[in-house]
Parts: sequence; structure tokens; C-alpha cells
Amino acid sequence: MRGRDALATAGGTPALLGPALLGNDALNITTFIIVSFIKTVLALLVLLTAVAYTVWLERKVVGHMQNRWGPTRVGPFGLLQPLADGLKFLFKEDLTPPHVYKPLYIAAPMIAVVFALTSIAVIPIGNSITIGSLHIPLQITDVNIGLLIILGVTSLGVYGVALAGWSSNSKYSLLGGLRASAQMISYEISLGLSLLGVLMLTGSFSLRDIVDAQGGTFWGFIPRWNIFYGGQFIAFFIYLMSAYAETNRIPFDLPEAETELVAGYHTEYSAMKFAMFFMAEYANMITVAAVASLLFLGGWHGPIFGPPLLQSVLPIFWFVLRIFGFLFVYIWVRGTLPRFRYDQLMAFGWKFLLPLAIANLVVTALVVALRA
Amino acid sequence: MTHLIIFLVFGALCVAGAVNLLVQRHPINGALSLVVVMGSLAVEYLLLGAEFVAAVQVIVYAGAIMVLFVFVIMLLNAGEEERTKGSRVALLFGIPGMLVGSVLVGWILIERTGSQTVAAGALPGAPRTIGWLLFHNFLLPFEVTSILVLIAIMGAVVLASHPDADQGKRGN
Repeated sequence: MRGRDALATAGGTPALLGPALLGNDALNITTFIIVSFIKTVLALLVLLTAVAYTVWLERKVVGHMQNRWGPTRVGPFGLLQPLADGLKFLFKEDLTPPHVYKPLYIAAPMIAVVFALTSIAVIPIGNSITIGSLHIPLQITDVNIGLLIILGVTSLGVYGVALAGWSSNSKYSLLGGLRASAQMISYEISLGLSLLGVLMLTGSFSLRDIVDAQGGTFWGFIPRWNIFYGGQFIAFFIYLMSAYAETNRIPFDLPEAETELVAGYHTEYSAMKFAMFFMAEYANMITVAAVASLLFLGGWHGPIFGPPLLQSVLPIFWFVLRIFGFLFVYIWVRGTLPRFRYDQLMAFGWKFLLPLAIANLVVTALVVALRA
Repeated sequence: MTHLIIFLVFGALCVAGAVNLLVQRHPINGALSLVVVMGSLAVEYLLLGAEFVAAVQVIVYAGAIMVLFVFVIMLLNAGEEERTKGSRVALLFGIPGMLVGSVLVGWILIERTGSQTVAAGALPGAPRTIGWLLFHNFLLPFEVTSILVLIAIMGAVVLASHPDADQGKRGN
């Protein structure tokens, strides 16, 4: 898939890679591969660091909400705690309980973490930067079905959780896996439907197009973000709630409800295998936050001022600020709300969110049809 | 050239997954092989330039329907299937039958299309085109299918509900 994109971009539109390289396809492809490789490595490094520090942020914020300090011992403000945790996970004994179904037991955490990290490939973080004659879009690959790829990849992530629960051969794990797959399937429907309104307003699946359509203001001062302009605020809240359920976060963390299921689907996992599930969960949180910012809150649009260097960095800053805001709300909700009961979770998804999402879809369709 | 290599790799993966689905004795392994088949089919669609169909293939088949399959297998705690005399008979007739069938299909396809090839992206694959086709040229089949699915859902609801148990509850 990426190879095809590489060919399409390098062969089809050589102008993207600067006039100096025009007419030399082999060199174009080489440049493209090198640039893509650097972008992929950078994105992965940034994402993994962000995952580690989201864990730190969560422990710190929840700590302060509960009148505690959170991590303080390792480094100033406990800032080196993620590093210490990572080392601990690496050096801990990796126990494999007897009677597990080994191939899937080993594969499950990998499935979870690989699909969680893949979706970063289509998320744009800003317009583009120019180095010399190279014009580099700030995105690993811009595909015209970017949003669908994110939906597809996250829907495959369920396998990691479900198979971990099944292959562990433990009743708590199995119940956790069952809950996870039922919950994720149920909430994926409202999640998808809540995004359709935005897609209808924009008329494109490309995340870049969706963000570009949200530039500027209306009535003089209100930004043209989809949450205001398209009247998609109901869709925004449906998306937010379904996304909490999709990422198994409180108040929807029933697959790992520790008061009932010990630790749910990852009860039997230790060391790095457990850490992979952890990383997958936090990477998914970041993806959800990024998609919410791109689709509803205008992506990287924001006030731009100052010298040229600041101007090129500010969009990325505004985008990261939004993601940070979403992560903070995630943690805030975790520190505030109790867990749903399982029947409440299902009733909420099927009897409240789904009809609301369909109603929002119908109204948006009518408005779009009337405007056209 | 790159297209041909990708086609061959994922075509082989698709066939291998399908064969593995039949060979495996545990239902979970069978279901996962089917996921591999769906995934490689999606890549083949992508090669034809039908990116929307490819994405839907992954989201709907691999991401939703097969997850439900795995869910049901987990819920029923299905174990390995047993080999009986009947399965041996099926094996004896099934493999030659399958071979004849696939050769026949392949032969007809080659006979019909000859050595014609389709360039990537030559067929309609954009979401707009597919939507137009679905709601204009294929409106009747589309609606009939939706009614069929609705009837299936109603049937499942009727089968899953226990009217006697409900009455008992009300009585208490």
C-alpha cells in the first residue's frame, strides 16, 4: 500500500519533490524513500515518547486530583519515571503461564501494539515544510481515504485484546476479551456514524482536505471548525463517548475492570508483553485525540504570528495543544467518573448513542442537501 | 513490475490462508486464517485502484464480521473438531471436487477475458462513483439486500428471545 503511494507520488507528481530532481524518476524514488523513512522513524519516536509521557501525565494528574503527588522520586517532578518504568518492563522476568495457547498468546500483544502504532501513518500534523528544494508534507503519507484507514486499523486492533483474552486460558482473561470485543463492536457503529456528518460537510475522506475546509472564520470571529460551523457538536460528543469506549478507558473500562476481573484480558501477561498492551492503549488514546482535533476542532488552524520560523512551528504547536487538551480530559474523566455496569454500557451504546448518531446523520444530510 | 510482485505475494497469501482455513482443526485458527484472506483480498482491491472497496473490506469483514466470529467461538468455548468417518469421506470427494471446480472457474475466466489486463485505477473505485452506482444503477438489488438483512436480524431476535422466560418474569 505504501509502495503504491510511493510510486504514485514519485512517478506521478515529480513537482512535489522539487524542480531540481525533475525528470529523474530513479532519483525521485530514492529521495522519496529516504524522506519517508526519516519521517516514519521520527513519527514513531515522537509517538512512543508521547505514549510514555502520557502515562506520566496520567499518574501525575490523577495523583493531584486525589491529593497525592504522583511520581516524584525519579528525576525532577518524576520526569524520568517513564524511563525507569521502561527499563523495569524490559528486565522483568517474562512469565508464560502453563496451558496458554502459545502462538496466539505471544502474537496478541504484538497485534495490539502494531495496529495502535500504524494509524499514525496517515495523521497530518501540519501543512508542510520546505528544506532547500524539498517540499515535505508533515505527514508520513497522504492517502485519499486516510480516515477509512484509521477506522480499519483501529477496528483490527480488537483482535489483540480478544485473542489475548482467549489464549490466556483463564476465566478472567476470557471474560475481559469477550467484553472487549462486544463493547468495541457496539461502539464502533456510533463512532463511524458520528464521523459521517463531517465527511458529508467536507466531501472527502482525506484528513488534509477535512482540515483545510475548516480554515477561516464565520460571522467575523467564530472559527469555521466543524464543531461550530457544521453544527457537529452532537457528533463531537458522540465521537468522544464512543472513543472512550473504543479505547477501554474509564468509565467504559469493563474489559479490564480490576474490581471484577483482576486485570481483564491482560491478567496473565507480564513484563514487556504487558507493557505492549499498555502502549497500545495510550497510543490509541493519542490517535483518538488527533482524529477528534482534525475532524472537529480545525486540526492545526490557529493564530499565526511572529518571525518565519515561529510561523512554521505554530500550527504544529496548536495541533499538539489540542491533543494535550483531549488527553487531559481523558485523565480528568478517569479521575471523576465511576465505571458503568455492563448492561448500562450496552444500553447506553445501542439505545442512546446509536439513535442519536443516526438522527444527527439525517439532520446533517438534510442541511447539506438544502445548501447544495 | 512492482504491481505484479505485490499481486503475486498477496494472491499467494490469500490462497494459503484459504487452504489453512480448511486444514486447521481449531475454529479460532480457522477464523484467523479467514481474516488473512480478507486482508490480502483488500490489498488486491487496492491494486485495482478500488481504495474505498479495500478499506470497506477491512473495516466490515476483517474488523467487524470476523471479530463477531471470534467472539462467538470464544463465547461457546469451541474446542478442536474431531475427525470422523464422515469427514474422511468428505476429504476423499471434496479435494478432487474442489480442484475440478477451481480449474473450471479459472478456465472460464481466462477464456472469457483472454490476456487482457486492466491498468491500475482504470475501473471506477472512488467513493462518489460507488455511491452513484449503488443508488442509481443497482438501487433495486441494494434495497432487496437491505430487506434481506433486516429479515435475518428479525429472525435472530425472535430466536434469541425467550417469550416463556419473559412471561415468567412478569408473573413474579
